[in-house]
Amino acid sequence: MIKRLVALLLLVAIGTIFTALLAGYEADALLNLTARYYADHAASDIGAANIVTAIIVTYRGLDTLGEVTVLFLAATVVGLVLALGQRHEKAPRSLVPAGELLTTGTRFLAPLIMLLGAYVFANGHLTPGGGFQGGAIIASGTLLLLLADPLKHFSHALIATIESFAGIFYVAIGLLGLVLAGGFLDNRILPTGELGALFSAGAIPLIYSLVGLKVGAELSSMLANLSATEEL
Amino acid sequence: MTYMAMGTGFLLILIGFYGALTKRNLLRMIVAFTVADTGVNLVIVAVGYLPGRTAPILDAAVKASEAAARIIDPVPQALVLTAIVIGVGVTALMLAYAYKLYEKKQTLDIARFTELKW
Repeated sequence: MIKRLVALLLLVAIGTIFTALLAGYEADALLNLTARYYADHAASDIGAANIVTAIIVTYRGLDTLGEVTVLFLAATVVGLVLALGQRHEKAPRSLVPAGELLTTGTRFLAPLIMLLGAYVFANGHLTPGGGFQGGAIIASGTLLLLLADPLKHFSHALIATIESFAGIFYVAIGLLGLVLAGGFLDNRILPTGELGALFSAGAIPLIYSLVGLKVGAELSSMLANLSATEEL
Repeated sequence: MTYMAMGTGFLLILIGFYGALTKRNLLRMIVAFTVADTGVNLVIVAVGYLPGRTAPILDAAVKASEAAARIIDPVPQALVLTAIVIGVGVTALMLAYAYKLYEKKQTLDIARFTELKW
């Protein structure tokens, strides 16, 4: 009871701060300096129609590499933690089979969902979306497969291969930028092309496709690892 | 519009904190954390919104030359994209640890984990 009261008091205090913040907030009328720079230069320097993508893949490319690394570490640690002390001797528990609707729906939808994911990451420099979103969509296809059959085994070797190769090529493209263009992860190792075309924005579609594959593989391996606990 | 999104974000943060502070079940606490996470993301995106402007994507309607006057701030959106991805990683880790704890004690009640309690 006293704990709940303390929690409520804390929430009231935080809520007061939030209310004050909200009451004092006024939206800017103009972009700030950083945003203005990105807005003015993204099209001419980077050639990407989607300015958010230009920021993530090129201007702050190093941070994105770090982000992908963090996600990779998280996926690895999930696999490691769940594999520790895994009991193998137990026979797999038999589960209630998934319904007809789910099984048939999965067969029809899973390839389409994966295709949509590939579309989203290949068009990341033109439309809302990109590698992380596309990767998440691909992983949702994996989730659907796992829902239809929770004991399904995914090839961990395949997932690890896709993940490693995507990571290696990502860093290799970054290093190429160091040699052929202005710096690490510079996208102008390929021609920037015409704004709004599929083959434009230099290396961005390439990098974002690799990020998409990597994120899709990582999230899928997380889901597969978490779902493998079903057997115990 | 900005106030609505920002207010919803703050409300979600408070709901998440309430859940994390009062629930005893580990899974419910994890859900509460993700709710608070969503709230933070919503607030950050709302900060980048400028009235009367459009999404930071250049096309026939938003020419590159007039982009600075037409688009909203793209930086918070890039930040939130990062935050969402990291949030997924953190949630997966929390779930994995919760599973290991359950395996150890056969319970998800946080009050039963007393090893580090004073």
